[in-house]
Amino acid sequence: MLHIKCPHCGIRSQNEFSYGGDATVKRPELNKEISDQDWNNFVYNRKSLRGKHLELWQHLSGCRQWIKVERDTATHEIFNTLKANEDIS
Amino acid sequence: MTQSFRLENVGLINKDKKLSFKFNGKTYYGYEGDTLASALIANGVHLVGRSFKYHRPRGFFGAGVDEPYAVVQLYRNGETEPNIKATEQELFEGLEATSVNCWPSVNFDIGAINNFFRIFLHAGFYYKTFMWPKSFWYKVYEPFIRKAAGFGVVSTKHDKERYEHKYEYCDLLIVGSGPSGLASAYAAAKNGARVILAEDKPRFGGTLLTSEVNIGNQSGKEWAEGIIAELKEMPNVTVKNRSQVFGYYDHNMLVMSERISDHLPKTKKFHPKQRLWYIRAKEVLISSGSIERPIVFGNNDTPGVILSSAAKEYLKVYGVLVGRNPLIFTNNDSGYETAIEFKKNGVDPIILDTRKDPQSEIVDEAKNLGINIKFSYVVVAAQGYKKVKSADVAKISDDKEQLGAVENIKCDCICVSGFWTPTIHLASQSGNKTKFNEDIDAFVSGTSKQNEITLGAANGTYTLDETLKSSFETGHELSKKITNNDNKISFPNVVEKKSTTHDKFWCVPLPEGKNYKRFLDFQNDVAVSDVEIALKEGYRSIEHVKRYTTLGMATDQGKTSNLNGLQLVSSIENKIVPAVGHTTFRPPYTPVSIGAIVGREVGKHSKPTRKSPMHSWHEKNNAVFVDAGVWLRPRYYKQGNENLFEGSKREAKNVRTNVGVCDVTTLGKIDIKGPDVAELLNRVYTNAWLKLPVGKARYGVMLREDGIVMDDGTTTRISENHYHMTTTTAQAANVLSHLEYYLQLVWPELNVNVVSTTEQWAGAAIAGPKSRDLLQKLFPNSDVSNEGLPFMGYMEGDLFGVKARIFRISFSGELAYEVNVESDNGNFMWKKIMEIGEEFKVQPYGTEALSTLRIEMGHVAGSELDGRTIPYDNSLEGLLSKKKDFIGKRSLNREAFIAEDRQKVVGVVPLDKKTSIPEGSHLVKDSNAPLPNPKLGYISASCWSVEHDNPFSLAILKDGKNMIGEKLFAMSPLKNKVIPVEIISSHYVDPKGERVRS
Repeated sequence: MLHIKCPHCGIRSQNEFSYGGDATVKRPELNKEISDQDWNNFVYNRKSLRGKHLELWQHLSGCRQWIKVERDTATHEIFNTLKANEDIS
Repeated sequence: MTQSFRLENVGLINKDKKLSFKFNGKTYYGYEGDTLASALIANGVHLVGRSFKYHRPRGFFGAGVDEPYAVVQLYRNGETEPNIKATEQELFEGLEATSVNCWPSVNFDIGAINNFFRIFLHAGFYYKTFMWPKSFWYKVYEPFIRKAAGFGVVSTKHDKERYEHKYEYCDLLIVGSGPSGLASAYAAAKNGARVILAEDKPRFGGTLLTSEVNIGNQSGKEWAEGIIAELKEMPNVTVKNRSQVFGYYDHNMLVMSERISDHLPKTKKFHPKQRLWYIRAKEVLISSGSIERPIVFGNNDTPGVILSSAAKEYLKVYGVLVGRNPLIFTNNDSGYETAIEFKKNGVDPIILDTRKDPQSEIVDEAKNLGINIKFSYVVVAAQGYKKVKSADVAKISDDKEQLGAVENIKCDCICVSGFWTPTIHLASQSGNKTKFNEDIDAFVSGTSKQNEITLGAANGTYTLDETLKSSFETGHELSKKITNNDNKISFPNVVEKKSTTHDKFWCVPLPEGKNYKRFLDFQNDVAVSDVEIALKEGYRSIEHVKRYTTLGMATDQGKTSNLNGLQLVSSIENKIVPAVGHTTFRPPYTPVSIGAIVGREVGKHSKPTRKSPMHSWHEKNNAVFVDAGVWLRPRYYKQGNENLFEGSKREAKNVRTNVGVCDVTTLGKIDIKGPDVAELLNRVYTNAWLKLPVGKARYGVMLREDGIVMDDGTTTRISENHYHMTTTTAQAANVLSHLEYYLQLVWPELNVNVVSTTEQWAGAAIAGPKSRDLLQKLFPNSDVSNEGLPFMGYMEGDLFGVKARIFRISFSGELAYEVNVESDNGNFMWKKIMEIGEEFKVQPYGTEALSTLRIEMGHVAGSELDGRTIPYDNSLEGLLSKKKDFIGKRSLNREAFIAEDRQKVVGVVPLDKKTSIPEGSHLVKDSNAPLPNPKLGYISASCWSVEHDNPFSLAILKDGKNMIGEKLFAMSPLKNKVIPVEIISSHYVDPKGERVRS
């Protein structure tokens, strides 16, 4: 079970969180033309990375904030956790 | 029967307390503190089972967790449990156990015939032999294998025992209470660290209990007892025996299984049988010691062949002799320690040492005691079938290739020592890159991935002095890092006998013309010849060899066999052992009961149960409850002998003719505040929300980004910047997370706050033609007329002093209202409704009537919004705004979603107007078409229409728009039904929707 440092609450067990997928995906802007391919990429297509991955988690049983977690998908090492409005420097 | 192999005045058991127990139906006696194994050996019982494949007789090989043979079926307090190691099971009064893997009995086992056909049972036998003829598998092969193989029988009864889970945090978790565990725990604890010390055996101290050493002028055992006593008194230390740390997971989380009651005749009241600990440790010290490894020789599986360290443990801890005529076969000094213990207790052992001329204090001591030692000697084969009777021995050449003349020596046990294998399982599980240590011919922990350090014998350190020094040091250093304290304790003086190096010899060659089975894996019957065949057949990777031969695969996980298997592969392949590498160690280290893993989460406890504030009223009024997610909801209120069908029909009819009241507390409620709420709703819902006035509610549908309907519900504007959203019961949590996702990550510029208020409000739906009359009497001071509170209107009211929210919304299709009050007032509201409603013939209605009402109205719900349908499928396309963008809109023009013959919700009635259509039935054109019969759609929900008094169903049907009037068949292979049906509009009642506005 992972130990995730919520940037708002501190270190908590994985079972307080729910996984939210790739954090680098940006939702296309509303009311803008977008090609089928780009829309498909946004909705469906995800890379299944081995290694460092920036992903979303929600601290469901805690502060309910969505956070970003930089995690190694092979070793589960967590390098960094960020608030929703922060980006990796 | 007397305990003829029990010594007087030796052992740590309580001889004042005699215990009786049964093994294979026969009564024996032992003492408190015995294991089942030690008690049986004390009684001279060595035959405990049959081997897995050849059904050869099996005895005891170890004295603890490494035991490969002595697996028994245990009977305790009316329950039975398989896969119990006799070497771990503590004796209690009335214990009963039986042998496994033998039929009809352990003494006469029909499967033993396999032993004579063993030429056919070589590696990969199962893969090769039972392949043909194919039809034989189910009828002949499988039943035979199932009867002949296996380690015991699982109880099919409900397990009444209680198992617990516990979460714990500590600075240092120390696994094993031998010298290194005790020393590091003591040093760390004295330095203020929070320590958990776990020992899998009942007694603390590990090898200190059996070795002749002196620490600080005390015997090893006394020193251990002193340290444990002190640790137990310290508030920052948790000391646990009978506790096996079996798994090392990510981020330094370890799982430990504590056997609390297994050693007692029955579990004490309010006590669990076992407890599973989830321990998150800042640092982990692995001091799990070493397991002695065998030397491989002919018939080395005969009962009476036993690890030398186990023989010593039986003697010193339990006061039990494994034999009166022991032969010690060793390649190192450990065997001498066992021999010396025998000698001291009046038994004359013979030592066969593979080494030519070892020089050490221990060897000298054995010589001085006059023990018969034969150097450069090996055991070629054990003789005897159900027990060792003698041993064929021979001199071996210096290059270990040539055997001299074979002699026969009488003996009743062979204690074997092939040096030690560090227990690296936990380190390896943690991701540690293990390395091969040439000095000890075994793998030890290498580079750590997590915060773990291996100490003492588990790290290949075999002198007490070195072990204690490094353990005190490590315990101190690690705790200093965490607590910043620097309390050092003085290092005690250690006296131990010096030993010399071991001989790398591990496998005795076969003598000319002999074909003895030489076993590597005792539990799975894997012999040297099996591995040789596997390699001949081209298996190279050790992982493949393992799976093909089953080497190291059974419940003992190859604790005694792995390394010898590797030595064999490397010697055949002409590689060094580290080049072959070891197989992956995976949790659990020892078998863990399913009960412990499940814990308290059984049956109703597997999830929380949520009840509405009116639950007690429902109970008192004969509600029959149904699970709705985690909620308990009344399904119907039983009157007299009514069944579900009759009761729900009565309730639904009463709503259509008079007035009914339904507990809708379970609906998800989200309180939304902020200046940008309208904008958020406009993006989340498919319809327009910017112009919703205060005091009005609106129905909305929300999609996922892929265009699939996520949920529906109403949202009401309470005041300028304050909205109240309702969701379906099932989707409440998901919708909240969905809103939070968009607010926090996608559109953080929106100034909106959302919070769940599901539990804050109790809700009652009041529905039926007389609902307004009832409402007016509930709120005499409010104008609830059609003008004062029109359809989709909202107002606040005063319910006899209680603040209430009144929504004019309808799920039933009747004139209807929903009244919300704060949860604490829910019961008050409900009782008032029932009391005042009496004159209007109000009746409560449950979820079954609720479904009936919505189905015949053609209102879609969870069974249609099932995560596979889009708005069009549910005839909700009228709610799709063309003017604005919303979540999921872009997906709706996908080819399949705009197909001309796209599926759509329709109504279905049986042609005979009598036969109810099972939910899930398939709609087909031709009921006699060959399989697979093309499916046009499926029945999503069925009811008995109270309006028309005949069955009615909703279906999602391909090209539903153009299918109205068609005749199809509803087929349910599950219920074996074929029902001719007609497709009609989904709006079976009040298609114009006049009642809700009346």
